[in-house]
Amino acid sequence: MDLAEISRRIEIEALYADYAACLDNDALERWPDFFTEVCHYRVTSAENYEAGLPLGIIYATSQDMLRDRVSALREANIYEPQRYRHLISGIAIGGKNGGALDVTANFLVVRTMQDGSMSLFAAGRYVDRIQRSESGWKFAQKIAVLDSRQIDTLLAIPL
Amino acid sequence: MPDGLQMPFKWPKEGNARVPYRVFSDPEIYKAERDRVFLGPTWQYLVLDNELPEPGDYKTTFVGETPVIVTRGEDGQIHAMVNRCAHRGNLVCLKQRGHTKDGLTCVYHAWRYDLAGNLMSVAFRRGVGGKGGMPDSFKLEEHGLRTLRTDNFAGLVFGTLSEAAPPLAEYIGNDIGGRIGRVMRGKPKILGTTSQILHNNWKLYVENVKDTYHASLLHTFFTTFRISRLTTAGGVAIAESGAHHASYTYGEQRGDNATSDQLYSEIHSLHEDYRLKDPRFLDSVDEIGDGITLQILSVFPNFVLQQIHNSIAVRLVLPKGPDETELQWTYIGFEDDDAAMTERRLQQANLVGPAGYVSMEDGAVGGFIQRAIPGADEECSVIEMGGREHAPQPTRATEASVRGFWNAWRPLMGL
Repeated sequence: MDLAEISRRIEIEALYADYAACLDNDALERWPDFFTEVCHYRVTSAENYEAGLPLGIIYATSQDMLRDRVSALREANIYEPQRYRHLISGIAIGGKNGGALDVTANFLVVRTMQDGSMSLFAAGRYVDRIQRSESGWKFAQKIAVLDSRQIDTLLAIPL
Repeated sequence: MPDGLQMPFKWPKEGNARVPYRVFSDPEIYKAERDRVFLGPTWQYLVLDNELPEPGDYKTTFVGETPVIVTRGEDGQIHAMVNRCAHRGNLVCLKQRGHTKDGLTCVYHAWRYDLAGNLMSVAFRRGVGGKGGMPDSFKLEEHGLRTLRTDNFAGLVFGTLSEAAPPLAEYIGNDIGGRIGRVMRGKPKILGTTSQILHNNWKLYVENVKDTYHASLLHTFFTTFRISRLTTAGGVAIAESGAHHASYTYGEQRGDNATSDQLYSEIHSLHEDYRLKDPRFLDSVDEIGDGITLQILSVFPNFVLQQIHNSIAVRLVLPKGPDETELQWTYIGFEDDDAAMTERRLQQANLVGPAGYVSMEDGAVGGFIQRAIPGADEECSVIEMGGREHAPQPTRATEASVRGFWNAWRPLMGL
């Protein structure tokens, strides 16, 4: 690995750390900024993904749709106070795809409810494509592929 | 009253307009309803007819809590059997879905069944070297898997373990049947599935589905964008028995907006300044051509068919204990959909499911009730919007279809 590759790897690891911190620290307004203006964000199950079924539990094709998701969570939707803790590891940087890079990473999300009850809410992997922009790396694609088909109660905060 | 119920139970004199909270938590009622409702004279959704296209395709599901295998047989017909080996009760099929070339073989002792559930062979039936084996009196044909009656309505396959259930079309009835038919117009194509674990009794979710009153009150997304308000034209169709229902809403705002805003102004759910930055995901087309943009339909006890704009899904409500339920969603399009229609359905799927803009709350509200009712066995919910009857009404500001559910449930349960 040459120095350029090492420095790129550090940048990408920082991107994922920052992404997790944004969701886990309730800075949702900043979440759409991690994406390109036209993007693909989807939460799905391994079952759907492996069968080639296109459904998303959340499905967005623009940064503005992600902004709408956040404002709905803030203004419209009703759900109990909760927080996530993302553990993201095993970041694997794949091949170049045009000007973009394919990246996969594992995630675990622990959800803690307001009464203190905790659960292992989600496990899976990200299937991402990132692109360098003037303000750093952005997700042109982020697919959160959940190992389980079951969601406990509801999925409010994004993954 | 169901046999074996320890505590006496007297239904309130107000009839279906009162529901004692005990029915949502009592393990004895839960056990009785497994036999009387789910294994009783009711039809339950199993599979889409074209989900298992080839002979040998199979899927596992549940009738209540009873595990079931659904197959496409060599004869081209759908078959359904209880997923329990006739030998020692082991699960015969372990996978959610798959394809088999040589029937169904139980892993425990390799008893093998054909795709219709007939026992074909028993390993070491004649023993070894003349010793052991099954007695001569053992007959394969007496030890098949327990089979279900199955029937197809508009491409939806239902099954029942009861001989007493009337034919499926008669069970559903013409009115509700026609409303299923208007949605299931073509050959369905599965877009994906998801499932939610709800921490509440299954009936609390079914009540929620049938409750036309809550939609624009709990789900503020609907109200704010005038997707659906109780003041929008619509109504609720209810089977005579009360068992099944279909609520429907017309797309255009036929009512008077000013009056509507005034009616809603006191309610938390109206945010006039809330606007979407990219509302493309709500772009919908009137694919059916009758102006109905929203139809939520239920078939007793636990099947739901949803049309919300162009998002179509079947939902199956599976009991997993007195206070736990699995809600399974299968989102569909049709084989003749073009790419734009598929994209529209995927975008509008954001409205529903575990993260749905208008259904997220439904996953939680049953749990809120479940958490509120311990110690309230003798207290009742008040289900009196629109009166005490369960006749169809030309408004959704009613709880008539919830009362209909209880009207169908109570005689089965003897309550």
